[in-house]
Amino acid sequence: MSITVYVPCDSASLAVGADRVARRMAEVAAQRGVDITLVRNGSRGLFWLEPLVEVKTSQGRVAYGPVQSGDVAALFDAGFLMGGAHPLCLGRTDDIPYLKKQERLTFARMGVTDPLSLDDYMAHEGFMGVRRALEMAPEAIVQEVLDSGLRGRGGAAFPAGIKWKTVLGLPATQKYVVCNADEGDSGTYSDRMTMEGDPYMLIEGMVIAGLSTGATQGYIYVRSEYPHAINTLNEAIRRAEAAGYLGRNLHGSSHNFWLEVRKGAGSYVCGEETALLESLEGKRGIVRAKPPVPAIAGLFGQPTVINNVITLATVPLILARGASYYKNYGVGRSHGTLPFQLAGNIRHGGLIEKAFGVTLRELLYDYGGGSASGRPIKAVQVGGPLGAYLPESQWDLPLDYEAYAALGAVVGHGGIVVHDDTADLSKLARYAMEFCAIESCGKCTPCRIGSTRGVEVIDKITLNQNRVQQVQLLRDLCDTMTHGSLCAMGSMTPYPVLSALNHYPQDFGLAPSDHETA
Amino acid sequence: MLDHLKETDYGTPKRESTQEVTLTIDGEQVTVPEGTSLMRAAMDAGVKVPKLCATDSLEPFGSCRLCLVEIDGRKGYPASCTTPAEAGMNVRTQRPKLQELRKGVMELYISDHPLDCLTCSANGNCELQDMAGVTGLRNVRYGFDGANHLKDKKDESNPYFSYDPSKCIVCNRCVRACEETQGTFALTISGRGFGSRVSAGQDENFMDSECVSCGACVEACPTATLQEKSVIWLGQSEHSAITTCAYCGVGCGFKAEMKGNEVVRMVPWKDGAANEGHSCVKGRFAWGYASHQDRITTPMIRKKITDPWQEVSWDEAINYAASEFKRIQMTHGRDSVGGITSSRCTNEETYLVQKLVRAAFGNNNVDTCARVCHSPTGYGLGQTYGTSAGTQTFKSVDKADVIMVIGANPTDGHPVFASRMKKRLREGAQLIVVDPRRIDIVKSPHIRAAHHLQLKPGTNVALISALAHVVVTEGLVDETYVAERCDPKSFNEWREFVARPENSPELMEAVTGVPAAEVRAAARLYARKGNSAIYYGLGVTEHSQGSTMVMGIANLAMATGNVGREGVGVNPLRGQNNVQGACDMGSFPHELPGYRHVSDSTVRASFEDVWGVTIQPEPGLRIPNMFDAALTGSFKGLYCEGEDIVQSDPNTQHVAAALMAMECIVVQDLFLNETAKYAHVFLPGSSFLEKDGTFTNAERRISRVRKVMPPKAGLADWEVTVRLSNALGYPMHYTHPSQIMDEIAALTPTFKGVSFDKIDQMGSVQWPCNDAAPEGTPTMHIGHFVRGKGRFIITKYVATDEKVTRKFPLLLTTGRILSQYNVGAQTRRTPNVEWHSEDRLEIHPHDAEDRGIKHDDWVGIQSRAGDTVLRATVTDRVAPGVVYTTFHFPESGANVITTDNSDWATNCPEYKVTAVQVMPVMQPSAWQQEHSRFNRVQQGLLSAAHEAGAK
Repeated sequence: MSITVYVPCDSASLAVGADRVARRMAEVAAQRGVDITLVRNGSRGLFWLEPLVEVKTSQGRVAYGPVQSGDVAALFDAGFLMGGAHPLCLGRTDDIPYLKKQERLTFARMGVTDPLSLDDYMAHEGFMGVRRALEMAPEAIVQEVLDSGLRGRGGAAFPAGIKWKTVLGLPATQKYVVCNADEGDSGTYSDRMTMEGDPYMLIEGMVIAGLSTGATQGYIYVRSEYPHAINTLNEAIRRAEAAGYLGRNLHGSSHNFWLEVRKGAGSYVCGEETALLESLEGKRGIVRAKPPVPAIAGLFGQPTVINNVITLATVPLILARGASYYKNYGVGRSHGTLPFQLAGNIRHGGLIEKAFGVTLRELLYDYGGGSASGRPIKAVQVGGPLGAYLPESQWDLPLDYEAYAALGAVVGHGGIVVHDDTADLSKLARYAMEFCAIESCGKCTPCRIGSTRGVEVIDKITLNQNRVQQVQLLRDLCDTMTHGSLCAMGSMTPYPVLSALNHYPQDFGLAPSDHETA
Repeated sequence: MLDHLKETDYGTPKRESTQEVTLTIDGEQVTVPEGTSLMRAAMDAGVKVPKLCATDSLEPFGSCRLCLVEIDGRKGYPASCTTPAEAGMNVRTQRPKLQELRKGVMELYISDHPLDCLTCSANGNCELQDMAGVTGLRNVRYGFDGANHLKDKKDESNPYFSYDPSKCIVCNRCVRACEETQGTFALTISGRGFGSRVSAGQDENFMDSECVSCGACVEACPTATLQEKSVIWLGQSEHSAITTCAYCGVGCGFKAEMKGNEVVRMVPWKDGAANEGHSCVKGRFAWGYASHQDRITTPMIRKKITDPWQEVSWDEAINYAASEFKRIQMTHGRDSVGGITSSRCTNEETYLVQKLVRAAFGNNNVDTCARVCHSPTGYGLGQTYGTSAGTQTFKSVDKADVIMVIGANPTDGHPVFASRMKKRLREGAQLIVVDPRRIDIVKSPHIRAAHHLQLKPGTNVALISALAHVVVTEGLVDETYVAERCDPKSFNEWREFVARPENSPELMEAVTGVPAAEVRAAARLYARKGNSAIYYGLGVTEHSQGSTMVMGIANLAMATGNVGREGVGVNPLRGQNNVQGACDMGSFPHELPGYRHVSDSTVRASFEDVWGVTIQPEPGLRIPNMFDAALTGSFKGLYCEGEDIVQSDPNTQHVAAALMAMECIVVQDLFLNETAKYAHVFLPGSSFLEKDGTFTNAERRISRVRKVMPPKAGLADWEVTVRLSNALGYPMHYTHPSQIMDEIAALTPTFKGVSFDKIDQMGSVQWPCNDAAPEGTPTMHIGHFVRGKGRFIITKYVATDEKVTRKFPLLLTTGRILSQYNVGAQTRRTPNVEWHSEDRLEIHPHDAEDRGIKHDDWVGIQSRAGDTVLRATVTDRVAPGVVYTTFHFPESGANVITTDNSDWATNCPEYKVTAVQVMPVMQPSAWQQEHSRFNRVQQGLLSAAHEAGAK
C-alpha cells in the first residue's frame, strides 16, 4: 500500500529547498522500491521548521523538520514512513504546541491539503459555505456576513458586510468583486499562504460575494512578486471552472461568476483599494479621492466589492458554520480571528491564527520564543511599514483594533516585525519616511514632497543640525502628513516615525522624556 | 492692473440636478444642486476656499490638499473639492487648524519651487503665488538644500509655449485637461512620488509627442510651468476684450489679451457658449499672421496685371475701382460686373457687399465661397425642413446616444467641437463613421467607432439609401413621429422608393464597397431608441449629388424621429467662421437676406423701400457662371472681398484663364493672395482684430467680433465697401457696424430681435431671434418643422461622371488638416507650418507598391483637368484605390487636378471625387513650373510698388 508523504510547495518552503527534498524523496523511494504518494501540500506556517515533511501514519500525520535533501536517505533508514524516530522527528503534527495552541478557523486546511485538489478541498469542508449560500437570498448572505462581525483584514478593518450591503443595494448592469492580493506589508504572508496553500477557499469566498451582491465578474489583483501564488490561482480557477464550481451555472445553479487573476506592476500604493482599481483598469496606480467609495463607483465606475484575501477567504467558514460561530471568537468589537505573522528578529517565525485579544508578549515569547539573536527585544512594529513601533510597556495590551487605535498604533494586516536592542530607532524612523518617499504615488502634496523632506529632516536631527528646531519641524510635518494626506500611505507614515521619536528619544540624540521612557 | 485676468473660478464643474441641498458654510446658509462640491457651494456662499489642483473646467482631483475643511460630526479634514454638499452639513473653511495645515502644505510646495517671482513670466497671474499669500507662509524651514527639481531642463520644442518643469507643482491640471477637455491623452505623469513629472508621450518633448497644441494644458496650468511664449516675451497683458475666432465654423469665444494695440495672447473664453473655455492650435496660437510682414497696408492699382503695382491713397484706389466698374458697365452692360464675398468676412461686411452689388451695381451677380462648400446644405435642409441651417447647439451632443459622422473629420476640421464629441463618446455614446479614410476619430484614445463605413468616394447617396432601406424594411421607422410631423404623401413615396431591392445594402455593396452586414448593423444602431445625431461636413456636400445627400440625411433623421429635441438632429459642420452668416446675409445670386428668393416681389419691395433702389427679380451669376461668362466675354469686372478663388476653386487653370480675360478685378484682402496676382486694384483688408462685427457659427450662433486694435491700413473692411459704394454713386451712411446689423434685423424676420446690444447682454444669440423667440433658438424644429410638415425627398443614386478608367484608375479626395486652414493664407504665416509644411499625397501601400512609389517620393498626379506633383505618404488610412491630399499650399496645385463637375442643384464643386493616375516623377509639373515663374514675377511687381512707395 502506498504511503502518503507531504512536502510543502509554499514559497517559504521552496525557498529553503522543498523541491530538492521532494525530488530526493521520490528518488530514494524508487531506489528502495517503496511505494510512496508524494503530496505537495501548503505550509503549516511553522517557518523555522521548513521544509516540514509529514508522513501519514495510523497515528495521524507525523512531522519531520527542517528536512534537507541530504537528510532524506537517513529518514528512510530511520523508518520515517512508519513514523520512526529520528532527530528531526517532531511527533504528531497536531501535537506541536505552536500549532496546537492556535485557533485555526480560516487556516484550518492550511498545510493539511493538496492546494489544487478539489477532492481534498471537499473532504475538508470545502464548498460547504457556497452550497449554503446558494440556498439563501442575497440579503440573507449579506446579513450573515454582517452578523459575523467580519472586518476588513487588509488593515482598515471596515465591516465587510456594510460594503457588501451597499453593492447589493445598487442597481447596475455589471458589478464586480475584486480581491486585494497586493500584500505588500513588511513581514506579512498570510495572503500569499492562502493563495498558494488553499486557493479554493478564496475562490469560494469570492463566489459567495458575487452571489450576495449580484456581481458576476471577479478579479484577484496579485502582486507581481508572488509568481507561485499567481500560478496556483490560475490553475485553481481553471480546475474549478472545468468542474463547474466557477463560471456559468456554477454548482449547477442559475448563477454565474467568472474570475480572473491580474498581476500588479510593483507598487505598494496599489494595495490601497482605489489605486488598485486604477491599476486594474490599466491606468497609473494612483489613489482616487473618496467619495465615491468603490462600493458605489468602483472598478470601471461600477459598484464593486473590494476586500482583502483573508476577508474573502474567511467568508466560506462563516457561511458554513454560521455567523455566531465566528463572532464568538475575539474581544470587544474585534470579532473572530486574525492570522498574525511573526517576522524579523524572532526565533520561531511563522503564522499564528488566534482570536483577537491575544497579547503581543504571548506572541513574541510563547510562540516566537524571543529574538533570534538571543538579545533583548527592543521594539516591535505591528501592522506593516505604516504601523507604530511598540515598546515593551505596550506588549501586554490585547491585540484588538480599538485598543491599538487608542495607543496610536494599528493591528493592520497582522504583520509583526521584531527588533532587538541593537536597533537604532532613528534609522527605522528614517526608513519609514524613505519607504514612503519610494512608494508614494505622488498624487497628494503632503506625501509626495513631505516624505522626501521627512528623510532630510531626520538626517539633520541625527547629525545634530539645529536638532531642537528640526524635531519641531518633524512633528509639524507629521501633523501635515497625518491630516493632509489623501490616503493611508501619507497619513500613517507618521505612526512609525512619531512612535520611534516618542518612545526612543535617546536614539535621536534627545534626552529621555519623563513619561515616554521606553 | 491685472484684474482683467482674473475670472471667477468655482473650483469644480457645475452640477445639474433636480434635487437641491441646503447646508451651512462658515455660518452662511446656501442651497445648491445635489452633487455640488463643498468648494463650489462655498463660492455660492461667498466663501473662497484656497485651492491649487481644482479648477471649474475639470473634475475634482483632490491632490493639493489646500482646500481641506472641517465638517461637524466628521473625522479629519476632508477636501472640499471632492466632498459633495449634503443637506444639513455644517462646514467650516477658516479655522486655526486648517490654516496650519494649509501653511504646512504650502511650505512643502515652496521647498521645491524657484524663488524668482519677480522675474517669473506668471508674475501677477500665478495661483501658487496667490496661495502663498493666502496661507500666510513666511518662511520655509526645510531650507533649499534638499532634493528639488530646480535644475530640470525646459522643453521649448513647441513653437507657442514652453514647459518648465522646475516650476511644476504636479497638480495634474494639464494632464487632466489633455484628457477631459481635449481628449488627446498626450500627457501623463511619469515616475512616482517626489519624482513625479509631467510628461508628454513616452518622455518625449511636446513637439514629438501626440500633443496637438490645443493649449488646454497651458490654460489649465496655475503657474508658469506651461506658459505661452508670447507672454514670456511680452509680459502680462493690461487689458482685454472678448471676441470670436476667425478660423472654423465652431466660432470659439476668445479673450484677446492686449498690451496697448499688441496682442499678448488669445485665451479661450470660459463663457463662450460654442467652446466653453476650450480652443485649438489655430484660434489659440495661430494669430501671428495678423501682424505678419506680408500684410499689405497701402492701397495699390495697376492697369494690367503685367504692370508693376503702384501704391496710392485710399481715395485714388477707390475712385479708380469705381470708375473702372462704371466704365465696364457702360461698355458691356449692367450685368458685366459682380461681387464675391467670403465666409471669412463678418455678417455686416457680407451684407454690405451684396447690398453694393444689388444697389450700386444694380444686378444680382453676388456669390460667396459657401458656394464651394455648404451650398447643398442650404438647399437640402431648406427643401426638407424649411430652414437652411443645422438643427442643434453644439452642447446638444452631450445628450446624444449614437453619433454618426459623415464626410467630416472633426478632430482636424472642427477640433473644439470634436473634443466635445469625444467626451460624449468616452461617456459611452456609440459612434458610426462614414468616410473613405480611416480618420482619427475612428479609433482614438478610449474611442472606437462601432462601425466605420469606408465607402468609395462618390457613393454617399447609395449608402444613405441603403441605410434608409434597412430602417424602412426592418420596421425601424418612428411611425408616430412621422405621422405627427411629416408630410404623408412624400413619406409614402420615399418609403416605397427606398424599400426597393435595388436600394438594399446587399445590392448597393457593389457600388459603395461597404459590406452589407455593416450597413445593416449601422442602420439598426442609428435607428434604435434614444438620441441619434448626425454630424456631416464637406464630404457630403462637395459632390455632384451633394444636395441629394443632404436630403438623404434629412430623410433618415426624420424617419427615425431624430429631429426636434436635444441630443439629435442634422448638423452641418461649417468649414469657415461665417459660412452660416454669409449664407444668411443674402450673398447668393438668387436670394436676399434670410433665404428669400429675389423673384418674390414682396420681399424685394421691403428691401427696395429701405434701400431706395429697384432690385432685379432675376437671379444673377454664380461663381462658376462668372468664370464661364468671363471666358465668353460678357463678365468683365469683379469685386472680390476676402476670398482666394484662384487657390480654392476647382480647376485652377480654368479660373486663372477667366480672370485673365477680365478688365477690372478688385481684391480686398490681407495679403497678395493667388487671386490678387490677377488683380488690378488691391484694397488692404483688416483682420478680425481690427474691426467690429459679428460671425454666425455652425449652430446659428451670432457672436461679436470686437476691434482690439486700429485697422493697419486705416480702414476696416466695412468702411472700404461703404466708400466704394459711395464712389459708385450709391451712398451708404453707416458710422458703425451695429447700424448695419440694425438694418439686417429690420429687413430679416429671423434676425428681427438681433442687435449688438442684445449680443453684448447675452454673450451670443442663436437665430431665429425674433418676437416668437426673443432669446434666440438653440434647437430648431421643436414640435413642428419650420416649413410645417417635414418633407421627404426621393434620393436616387446617380453615379458621378467622374469615373475611374484604365488611364485614371484612382480616386482622389481632398480635405484639410488640423494645423493648417484652407488656402493657408493665415496659417502658413504662423509657426503652424512646423506641423505641416507641405501638402502630401496619401496613397495605400498596395497602390504605392504597384507603382514603385516609396514614402517621401515625388509623385505626379494627373487628372482629366491637369496635373501636379506632391510627395507621397504611404499609409493605409486610405483604402486601396483612393488617394488623398490637402490643399493648403498654393504651389501644391490640388485644384489644378479637381474638375468642373459640380452639384446638380447648387453648383458646389465636386472636390471630393477626381479620377487620377499617380506615378513617380523627377520634377515639378508644367503647371507648377509656370506657377512658380508667375509668382516670382508678381512678387517682383509688388516689391517694385513697395520700393517706389518708400521713395
